[in-house]
Amino acid sequence: MGVSQSDTTILTEGRSFVIVSCTETFVSWVETKMHDNSSLSIAAPTEWPDGHAHVPYWVFQRQDVLDAEQKRVFEGPVWNYLALEAEIPNAGDYKTTFVGRMPVVVTRDTDGEIYAFENRCAHRGALIALNDFGNASEHTCVYHAWRYDPQGNLRDIAFEQGVRGQGGMPADFSREGLAPRKLRIASFCGLVFGSLHDDVPDIEEYLGDEVAARLERVVGGRQIEILGRFTQTLPNNWKLYAENVRDTYHASLLHTFFTTFKITRLTQEGGVLISESGGNHASASYSRVVEGEEGYYAQQAIRSHNDELKIRDLSMLNHLDEFGDGIQLQILTVFPGFVLQQIHNCIAVRQIVPASVDKTDLNWTYLGFADDTEELRQMRLKQSNLVGPAGFVSMEDGAVGGFVQRGIAAAEDRQAVIALGGYDTQSQPFRATESSIRGFWRAYRDTMKI
Amino acid sequence: MNDQLIQLNAEYAAALDDDRLEDWPSFFTERCFYRVTTIDNYRQGMQAGLIYADSRDMLADRILSLRKANVYEFHRYRHVVGVPRILGNDAQGGGTMRVSTGFVVIRISRQGQYEVFASGQYLDEVVTESGKLLLKRRDVVCDSSRIDTLLAIPL
Repeated sequence: MGVSQSDTTILTEGRSFVIVSCTETFVSWVETKMHDNSSLSIAAPTEWPDGHAHVPYWVFQRQDVLDAEQKRVFEGPVWNYLALEAEIPNAGDYKTTFVGRMPVVVTRDTDGEIYAFENRCAHRGALIALNDFGNASEHTCVYHAWRYDPQGNLRDIAFEQGVRGQGGMPADFSREGLAPRKLRIASFCGLVFGSLHDDVPDIEEYLGDEVAARLERVVGGRQIEILGRFTQTLPNNWKLYAENVRDTYHASLLHTFFTTFKITRLTQEGGVLISESGGNHASASYSRVVEGEEGYYAQQAIRSHNDELKIRDLSMLNHLDEFGDGIQLQILTVFPGFVLQQIHNCIAVRQIVPASVDKTDLNWTYLGFADDTEELRQMRLKQSNLVGPAGFVSMEDGAVGGFVQRGIAAAEDRQAVIALGGYDTQSQPFRATESSIRGFWRAYRDTMKI
Repeated sequence: MNDQLIQLNAEYAAALDDDRLEDWPSFFTERCFYRVTTIDNYRQGMQAGLIYADSRDMLADRILSLRKANVYEFHRYRHVVGVPRILGNDAQGGGTMRVSTGFVVIRISRQGQYEVFASGQYLDEVVTESGKLLLKRRDVVCDSSRIDTLLAIPL
């Protein structure tokens, strides 16, 4: 029997015979199972196929992988998207968000600077801030009223000297090191990023020149206004969405609305830029259709083509070339969990937050700009029908990750193939490629050290 | 009038729950406004919607797209709609009634799970055309800012 003498004694003294019996039965069951399985390896697979063209399915399925991601990815040498500067414009404004599963408070102090700290009281670990947004000159934990300034410094401990000379902290008690973890902050074009790592490169170096320029193209030098916020719960591991949003291959195949209305086609001009690290990308498609290739889709006779579909109210597709460069669609990612979307004039940021191994929160924030004409604002609002959980060209993305998660349920030792457009992770002047997905995995493996 | 509003909402819900989606636009005036948003957005005066339509044709386009272009796993809704609360009645010039009505939508998945998919209120402007009550405006204001997986069938 695996139950020690002392355990048995305590159990028989303090509890009924039934509990002892259950305990013994359980222990003997465990021993039997271990004995029966001794010829089987129960170690979880950790092998990664050579090269960048395969992704093992176990990486989407395991709690130990998610736990490691928290330490190595989200708290690692990366920049996590936290907020828009426009969300916290005034001194004392704050927002609560997440870095992986770590709750975080992002604040603006009276010096005008932005700060962020773990939303965890240094005392007993309770959340410090309980609202999504707010304004506060200081933050007081509700549990025992420990107070923090907007930079996350501990300012006051309730009853530190005790009450009427009794209780209180010991004479040798030190506040030294007592504070929630603080994040380094980088603000780029009104986007606020945070990092818990000391060795993270500057934000511009991290983004890479090309991706930084594409980000600047959309939001640089403009006063952002927030038009709405929604959270979409995805029934899949966060990395399946990180793949999906980098996947220029699926756009016209899964989302048939686009192709039917000729909003985009693989035969349109376009391409994908990928940062040196692999983790960040910007894909774009231009309005000009390559001559002589109009019938390309029809010849392929795939589901995408649908002559029956005639839209009655075309106003949703009205758009302005507000950037003057002909790019109709640009999807940009920053490793690990940031997305900036420009679909015509519909601009949104999306934050990917892992909720559990097979659940992900996707936080959408729809954007406009202070100098929008009424006409342009209406275009943005109408075009928002294209995106989000009910979007004509994105509702499928909410479900397709779940199809993978369910499809691979018994395939932890199998792997996905991502070989379209070759095996490397380079920028490519076309979109029939999975290069940016391979780039994501390169950055992921570098960060995870696997 | 309350009976007619109850009937309007009952027919509206039945069209969606019975997969007669093509009937859904007929509950609206030709120039109408339909938006799905959340209480947080609504209170802050945020303009955007998960669905944002300003004509009956746009509603019809959405149904056509659901039928012909969009891909989603089979699921159904069961709307449970509350008693309409008349907030105001502009009797002049055709008359527009402002009405608030609570709702709960249960989603039934292909695998048979039930879940509360949404709850909230319909904030409506209702007019009478040819003796029939029609929605001139319906803001679907969801209580939660969270949408699970996707919103295909309208609320």
